[in-house]
Amino acid sequence: MSVHASPENLEATRKSAPVLRVEGLCKSYSTPQGRIAVLRGVDVTLAAGASLALTGESGSGKSTLLHLVGALDDADSGAVVLDGVALTVLSEHARAAVRREKIGVVFQQFNLIPSLTVAENLGFQARLAGRYDSAWQEEVADRLGLAELSARYPEELSGGQQQRVAIGRALAVRPQLLLADEPTGNLDAATGDNVMALALDLVAATGCAFLMATHSERLAARLQRRVRLESGLLAAQ
Amino acid sequence: MNARPKNGAEKRSVAISRRSALLLALSSSGALAQGFRGLAENAPGFALPRPGTPLVFPKDHGAHTDFRTEWWYVTANLAGADGASYGVQWTLFRFAMRPNSAGAGWDDRNVWMAHAAATSAGEHLFAQKFARGGIGQAGVEAAPFRAYIDDWVLETRDDYGGAGIERLRVSAGDGNFAYALDLTATGPIVLQGDGGYSRKSDAGQASYYYSQPFFTVDGAVSIHGRKTRVSGRAWMDREWSSQPLGPDQQGWDWFALHLDGGAKLMLYRMRDVKAAPFLFGNWIDAKGATSPLAREDIAIEPLERMRIADRDMPIRWRVQIGSRGADITTQPLNPRSWMGTDPAYWEGPIRFSGSHRGEGYLEMTGY
Amino acid sequence: MRETFWTLAALISHWRRRPGNLATLVLGLAIATALWSGVQALNAQARNSYDAAATAMSGGGAVTLVAARGGLFDQDLFVKLRRAGFDVSPVLEGAARIGDQNIRIIGVEPVSLPHGSPIAHKRRRADVLEDFFSGEGRAFAAPQTLRRLELAEGAQPQTGRGRQTPPLAALAEAPPGAVVVDIGVAQRLLDRPGKLSRLIVAEDAALDTERLKRVAGDALRLVAADDASELARLTDSFHLNLTAFGFLAFLVGLFIVHAAYGLAFEQRLPTLRTLRALGVAAPNLVAAMACEIAVLTFVAGGAGVIGGYAIAQALLPDVATSLESLYGAQISESLALDLRWGLSGLLMAGAGAVLAAASGFAKTLRLPPLSVARPIAWRAEHHRYLRRQGALALLALVAAACAYGFGDGLASGFAVIGCSLLGAALFLPVALAGALALGERLAHHPLARWFFADGRQEISGLSLALMALLIALATNIGVGGMVEGFRQTFTRWLDARLVAEIYFEAATPADARDIEAWARTQRDILAILPVWRAKTRIGEWPVDIVGMTPHETYATHFPLIEAAADVWTALHAQDAVLVSEQLARRLGVGVGATLDIPASTQEWRARIIGVFPDYGNPKGQLRIDHEKLKRYFDGASGVHYGLRVASDATARVIDNMQRSFGGKIARIVDQSELKSLSTDVFERTFAVTTALNMLTLIVSGFALFASLLTLSDMRQARIAPVWALGATRRELAGLEMIRVLGFAAGAALLATPLGLFMAWCLVAVVNVAAFGWRLPFHMFPAQWLVVLLIALCAAFLAALVPVARLARAAPTDLLKVFSNER
Repeated sequence: MSVHASPENLEATRKSAPVLRVEGLCKSYSTPQGRIAVLRGVDVTLAAGASLALTGESGSGKSTLLHLVGALDDADSGAVVLDGVALTVLSEHARAAVRREKIGVVFQQFNLIPSLTVAENLGFQARLAGRYDSAWQEEVADRLGLAELSARYPEELSGGQQQRVAIGRALAVRPQLLLADEPTGNLDAATGDNVMALALDLVAATGCAFLMATHSERLAARLQRRVRLESGLLAAQ
Repeated sequence: MNARPKNGAEKRSVAISRRSALLLALSSSGALAQGFRGLAENAPGFALPRPGTPLVFPKDHGAHTDFRTEWWYVTANLAGADGASYGVQWTLFRFAMRPNSAGAGWDDRNVWMAHAAATSAGEHLFAQKFARGGIGQAGVEAAPFRAYIDDWVLETRDDYGGAGIERLRVSAGDGNFAYALDLTATGPIVLQGDGGYSRKSDAGQASYYYSQPFFTVDGAVSIHGRKTRVSGRAWMDREWSSQPLGPDQQGWDWFALHLDGGAKLMLYRMRDVKAAPFLFGNWIDAKGATSPLAREDIAIEPLERMRIADRDMPIRWRVQIGSRGADITTQPLNPRSWMGTDPAYWEGPIRFSGSHRGEGYLEMTGY
Repeated sequence: MRETFWTLAALISHWRRRPGNLATLVLGLAIATALWSGVQALNAQARNSYDAAATAMSGGGAVTLVAARGGLFDQDLFVKLRRAGFDVSPVLEGAARIGDQNIRIIGVEPVSLPHGSPIAHKRRRADVLEDFFSGEGRAFAAPQTLRRLELAEGAQPQTGRGRQTPPLAALAEAPPGAVVVDIGVAQRLLDRPGKLSRLIVAEDAALDTERLKRVAGDALRLVAADDASELARLTDSFHLNLTAFGFLAFLVGLFIVHAAYGLAFEQRLPTLRTLRALGVAAPNLVAAMACEIAVLTFVAGGAGVIGGYAIAQALLPDVATSLESLYGAQISESLALDLRWGLSGLLMAGAGAVLAAASGFAKTLRLPPLSVARPIAWRAEHHRYLRRQGALALLALVAAACAYGFGDGLASGFAVIGCSLLGAALFLPVALAGALALGERLAHHPLARWFFADGRQEISGLSLALMALLIALATNIGVGGMVEGFRQTFTRWLDARLVAEIYFEAATPADARDIEAWARTQRDILAILPVWRAKTRIGEWPVDIVGMTPHETYATHFPLIEAAADVWTALHAQDAVLVSEQLARRLGVGVGATLDIPASTQEWRARIIGVFPDYGNPKGQLRIDHEKLKRYFDGASGVHYGLRVASDATARVIDNMQRSFGGKIARIVDQSELKSLSTDVFERTFAVTTALNMLTLIVSGFALFASLLTLSDMRQARIAPVWALGATRRELAGLEMIRVLGFAAGAALLATPLGLFMAWCLVAVVNVAAFGWRLPFHMFPAQWLVVLLIALCAAFLAALVPVARLARAAPTDLLKVFSNER
């Protein structure tokens, strides 16, 4: 499956309403050395089926942007609109609902639940969201090569396998938006590439928008577009 | 009753049944329960009434602890200063579980029971008491006469030096009612049966029985704290025996009537499970002379019934005494004169009119 | 709902992977609940028995009339009241011996008995009245009482005074340890003709106190329904004692639960974060955790309640015996399952679990849904932890000081003990950290430095278990010291108090005169010491008055705490009394004060010339001159005597007396028998305390074990680098063991002064408030040594499994630490 979107696809994407719209997003943290503005007015738009790589130095604010988009943290100002819903004005409860129903997240540390088996982990978010679909989960597990491992516990898996479970868990819920934060950061290059290929394949099959933060230019190149965070602002590439 | 009485003596003897049956009922119902179930049986060790034994007063006003059961019974028809009518009942029973056990402290085996009631047209209030004999809580002394249980008393008045029952004071009550009456005898004591010996059946059952129906009354009755001066007439019954009744007796309807003019009439109808109701009466003239009434001479029938305490109680009666040309209808002062005691029965003041007028007391049991 | 369900499933899956942790949590909670509910069950059982005794005859909650000055009153008073219209029912109670058992004889009058009483209910069922009256009468006893007497229904045992009871019959409603008879029979059995001990006032009868005074004068005193059960009041302190120990045990159990839950929380923290990131709202997360706790409470609490029942069952005989011998209270020995204490056990389990989990809940609510694990600044965290511990310790100690300064009585005594224990426990980690820091500074060998430094890191994980151990050890020292001190004091006091070689009780005063006359003619009998007794009441307190004749026996031996000059001459020459310590404390009087004592006809004013210890007596006691007792107290029962006999003649004299007088002697015992009886009472009284104490220690040992076991997993991560740098596994295991033993020794060291303080509190505050006497304070260094050994043993046993596991750990396990990307 190719990761390069066809022109027709791109055309279709442009016509449809964007899944994600970020406008003028600002976020600062207080540190012992004073306040540091991490994001200073970031704008991003992402349509369904589109993928965007977010690059930048360590500490440039990639993770912060991802957390804000993923309804995991509060912005100081600006708007995050996901599937027509402005996340910034939602209650904590509603944002939790958005997280479990519309967003899939893949972390650098995999963040699987150690006491659940692979199969249980895979289906967990879908179950939380109330849209568990065993056929789809089976397909996800098959595509990610996890079928054989379904009864194992995370600690019995290699890093690459764990990350595949994490990707499967995020996509099993059929999210509108997949967020990935350095998904291959803990993996060696070959494993990382392999995991990435599987992930993109599945993203395409799902038709969701995909936003990934990475410091790897090589990885970033595999997505449709990429932008770079510098001094809290996006610089298109 | 197994055998129908054939003569006056036997009919008189049935009079004792009235109270004996009460004891029987008592023994088969609540309060003292099985404690007295022995009463229905023979009474080894207890004395039996013997014909020809003269009653001796004042000794016989007191308790006869060689006999099993005994009672002192006063009913009064009263008129209040407020214009209303009242009725009062005061009864003390003695039951012995062992003969001649009196006066031995807690070893005394006499149990005393008392019922008291005050009745007006709108209220019927009653209370009961139980006490053991032997320690001074309850008992009866012959001379000067004194019958008591707790603070209920029937006793010789202080201003009377005699040894009889001519001047008595009676009082009882509880939180809701109270009465204190002076009783003054205006006629003689009436010996029932054969000089006080009252044969009961062919089997030889009998009792000693006398009455004092000639009391005039003066005193006060309080109902729910409202005290009224009263005056009127009272009737006292005394009976003792050791023998129970037959098992077929169902209940009875008893009348004690003060006729205007001074005569007294005692009547009753014994209801029997197996036989026709048995009727008996005694006409006492104003001087105290008694004439037993033959069974054929009496007709008693209920005229109206009322639902009281889940029973169909007759409340109006027609009474006819052929030989005396009497045909009267009775009317209760308060149809709800129900004694919810152990055992429960109906007892209350009545008035009557027709060929004769007057007042009296009606008792109905076994309904 | 769905969200909470799946969250709960994820949370619970944790226990599937860590059954040991779960077992610790469940077991800790179960043990805590068991100890608590066991004690509650005992208390409930005792209270039910008191209530049964108090209400069996009166229908419960009834007002009663008793003699204003205590003791018995004439039956005529009852008749007088009845004749005046008062609805009262007479009762005569007294003690009798049947076989070798003390039995309470309760005489009731069934005809006047109020309807509410169980016996009166029976009356409706017919048999009782007939049984009381007809023929030979009946004596009703609870089935268990019959079992204790080893008598069957229908038996007619003789009392100690040689009187035969009516045939016995079983009646479940009869109060335990009592035989219910007709009032007349009771008067005969107790040899109290015409006497009554109280009158039950029928519930529906409003008592006109003015009129009562007119009829009965001031001969009778009204006792309100709630304080009718004097037994309940006398035994209150005993039960508070039990409750306090139960609570202490519960506290230790809570430490376990807190430790186990805290550990589980830490282990699940990443999962919690992931759950938040996956879209579980914080309140839902907490709801799921609360569900988990509820299930836990139900399972562990339920198991605990069952365990508590078993504990109560095991301790009940001792409790019953000590309550009987101390207070004459009869406890039913078949433990009743009562919903109330079961529920209280579950509630405590729930409260404990919530308390243990509260900090976890709070943290979860504040938990940001971020996955970023910030590196923990261990040192800063550790310092913060120590500062917090120190502050809390200080707070607890200040609270203890406040309770001591402002409080008064039993509750505050326990508050002082509780707060100081808590304060010291909280302070323990601070002290250990200080010691380890000092060791680190002094150590030179790198491994030794690592040993100390790493130990400091371990403290926070072990601290809860160590605190529990500290509390258990201190309690052990404190209670042990108190009990041992009491034992010594009590034995010495018994020796001094029980000087006469023979004690006897005549059946009647007349019999006593006969025996006295005979005794005067005996060469073997050196002195006859009448110890006649009367009863009165000073203020609210029942007081026994005991007569003393002038004799050197008393002057030489009778122990006094405080005395005026020439006390023994003064006692007989003047209007003077000796007061028992309890009574003196209760009344707040001492030597030199005067006392107005209600005597038979008027108040007798006497000067207090001495205070004597009277351990174990719940009532007050006055000792006065024998002649004055006879003069002022008509009701004095002249049947108790002591005899001084030639040293080798005791057995001979007893034998002679029994042959000459037989049934005229109600009881006769020699000194040694009396002493052993008394000592037995003592041992039984503290058997329960000691047992609970031991259980607490076991629980804390378990806490230590549980903590070490759960920590051992984490330890590998710390030990692996040192192992990699060249230390052997055996070496490391040895160091682990030394460290644990060191911690335990530290706890024991701190426990010693704390335990001494606790013993002092028990002796000087709690006992005085509970029993009215103060014991001399003793110290028992040997005991401390034992406690230290116990601590080390407990630590050794607790550390054995984890350390052995470390010593045998496969290199691959240790290597995993490095490969595992955590």
